[in-house]
Amino acid sequence: MHYVLHYGQITPYIPYLLGGVLISLALSILSFAGGMVLGLVFAILRNEGGAAASRFVRGYVAFFTNTPQLVQIYVIYFGLPDFGILFTPFMAVLIGMTLNAAGYLTEILRAGLASVHAQELDAAETLNMSRLQTLRHVILPHLFRVTMPALTNQYILMMLGTSMAAIFGVEELTGRAFNINSTTFRSIEVFTTVAAIYVVVTFLATILLALFSRWAFRARVPVI
Amino acid sequence: MLAFIAAEIPRLFTIYNVILLAKAAVTTLSLSAVGCVVGLLCGTLLTLARMSRRRSLWPLKALAFLYIEIMRRIPFLVTLMTFYFGAQVLGFNFSPLEIAFVSTSVISTAFVAEIVRTGLQAVKASQIEAAEVMNFSVWQSFWLVRLPQAWPIILPPVFGYFVLFIKDTALASQAGVLELTQAAKILNTKGFSASLVYATVLLLYFVISYPLARLGGHLEKRLGTARHSRSRRTV
Amino acid sequence: MAQLDIRGLVARYNDTTVLDGIDLAIDRGEIVSLIGPSGSGKSTLLRVISGLLRPVKGTVSLAGETIDYGDRRSLRRARNRLAIVFQQYNLFGNMNVLRNVMVTPVTIKKRDRREVEAEARTLLEKVGLGDKLNAYPDELSGGQQQRVAIARALCLKPEILLLDEVTSALDPERVGEVLDTIKLLAAEHMTLLIVSHEMAFVRDVSHRVAFMAEGTIQELGTPEQIFDAPRIARTRTFVSRILGHRTAA
Ligand SMILES: Nc1ncnc2c1ncn2[C@@H]1O[C@H](COP(=O)(O)OP(=O)(O)O)[C@@H](O)[C@H]1O
Ligand SMILES: [Mg+2]
Repeated sequence: MHYVLHYGQITPYIPYLLGGVLISLALSILSFAGGMVLGLVFAILRNEGGAAASRFVRGYVAFFTNTPQLVQIYVIYFGLPDFGILFTPFMAVLIGMTLNAAGYLTEILRAGLASVHAQELDAAETLNMSRLQTLRHVILPHLFRVTMPALTNQYILMMLGTSMAAIFGVEELTGRAFNINSTTFRSIEVFTTVAAIYVVVTFLATILLALFSRWAFRARVPVI
Repeated sequence: MLAFIAAEIPRLFTIYNVILLAKAAVTTLSLSAVGCVVGLLCGTLLTLARMSRRRSLWPLKALAFLYIEIMRRIPFLVTLMTFYFGAQVLGFNFSPLEIAFVSTSVISTAFVAEIVRTGLQAVKASQIEAAEVMNFSVWQSFWLVRLPQAWPIILPPVFGYFVLFIKDTALASQAGVLELTQAAKILNTKGFSASLVYATVLLLYFVISYPLARLGGHLEKRLGTARHSRSRRTV
Repeated sequence: MAQLDIRGLVARYNDTTVLDGIDLAIDRGEIVSLIGPSGSGKSTLLRVISGLLRPVKGTVSLAGETIDYGDRRSLRRARNRLAIVFQQYNLFGNMNVLRNVMVTPVTIKKRDRREVEAEARTLLEKVGLGDKLNAYPDELSGGQQQRVAIARALCLKPEILLLDEVTSALDPERVGEVLDTIKLLAAEHMTLLIVSHEMAFVRDVSHRVAFMAEGTIQELGTPEQIFDAPRIARTRTFVSRILGHRTAA
């Protein structure tokens, strides 16, 4: 067995791969944002909605956190066309990732909401804040301060999760790795390069999110 | 359309297909289980290297640290494909299942190492000091004092990770491993509707994962209250 | 030749000097008590002697052999001769009472299991815990844990026993029992270095008493001298405050 590594053959593709990073970032950011909106609504419904709403949210969370994201996307991309519903690969992955993220984010946000203390709400009431003002000035800042480490962790996991978009033909970072692999056959070089890019990107993302949390919510997020 | 799909159901659940799905489910479970068991062994070794106080071991410590921090930042699919195509390029003749076992072990080692580290560090330093002044060697204090106190802390989150990892092993289908997701693909190519087979498999994952997740939560509560491993005697 | 000879000992935690030149020689079979305000470095002195904190200056000798804290063999020999009862007891949480006492003699010192078990049972009986052999430390009160820790230390048959705040967690009726045990040890020529706030106990058992403050031994003398006629004002203030406090309580 004799194999010589040729990273030189990969270097011309670096800009192409970095372009893929942008698509991975777009996927992860969009699905995280969508998941946050859904998760916030679900968390509030779960804590303050009626029995039926609460049961629905519990079922949703149990279902989406106990099944693989990959198969969820399979159902959306390959299964829904049976009913005449068609999505582009990017949309199918985005919808799957969003619905999946909503399950995990609901749990994180619910725990965070439960930790908003009664005193803080009393204080808001004595200050004569409206419900919306209380949400904006009291609940949300507290919520983000306590959940930021878990949210950061979830975002990093989602960034890594975007790689499965390649399976549906989305040309994000891993998708482009498959493309380069099939033209150069430099598999080890391609996939280790891509792995290194994921490491660097998620590490930078962690640092940026930690700085942002410190600045915006005075929350401490460990970088390592 | 729904009626059309419903008509497929009796055909889908023939003995042959049920056995296919059952075997696939066992593979799915064993992928995660093997990953976690290997992860527990290798992760413990890595953590010991990382926590070692011996100066001469610094290259090993640095390697352990880098391994843990780097491997947790690479998508499972990319690791899997590196081994999958890497084996082909290097001319190794590994089966898809072997490739998948190696990949799950490599990844879970890094994650489980972090769990093990948290557990080992939760044992009070004064316990180790007490062993030290009684001339326990480093290994003796590890086996007799640190590990027995750490494992009730380590086990529940490792089990939790095992349950989480079951879902990640769906990606092993990309290397051609016949686990649940791959079984769905096979049934789909045999002519069953995609919506039916993927929904069925989705349900199977749920049926496997949900009770285990509940069990994990239960385990956490029980082991969390009893600090020693033997059953509590009433005095 | 002193059994335990401490010379010019200096020890630091990070940048703060906690022991600032300790000199103390203890003869074989002698009982010396350390008294002094909390934070004066008493526990630290015991930690340095037992090798849990490396001194930055000075020496500790056991039976004429200077301990080289950097050398594992030398430290091992020293630790074979001494035992320590920690202020926080530090019983192994994963072992029951009997196993806590037996584990070191059996597993580390490789002594005969049956012989050790008989000894351990006798010792535990002696400290009033004959009925708690199978209990785990978190099922015991502070005083009970402390008595197990004493039994554990005694089962090592040390030449030198270091006791940190040994009577602080004991119920009054148990103090007498522990006291008797310790007196027996003295009769067997065990060398004892005791940290205690129990002045009656200190006065009763000690051959000499050392008053520590700010990391140095301020005054060293017989119990009579330290308690009845201290030479320096600092000792007098400390002793009278402690004695006053005890009688009031
Ligand atoms: N692990 C430690 N790290 C830093 N400082 C310590 C540590 N342990 C004790 N100290 C400090 O050393 C001093 C002496 O402590 P100690 O020996 O425990 O006193 P004593 O036993 O006489 O009450 C105190 O000022 C204490 O704060
Ligand atoms: Mg002390």
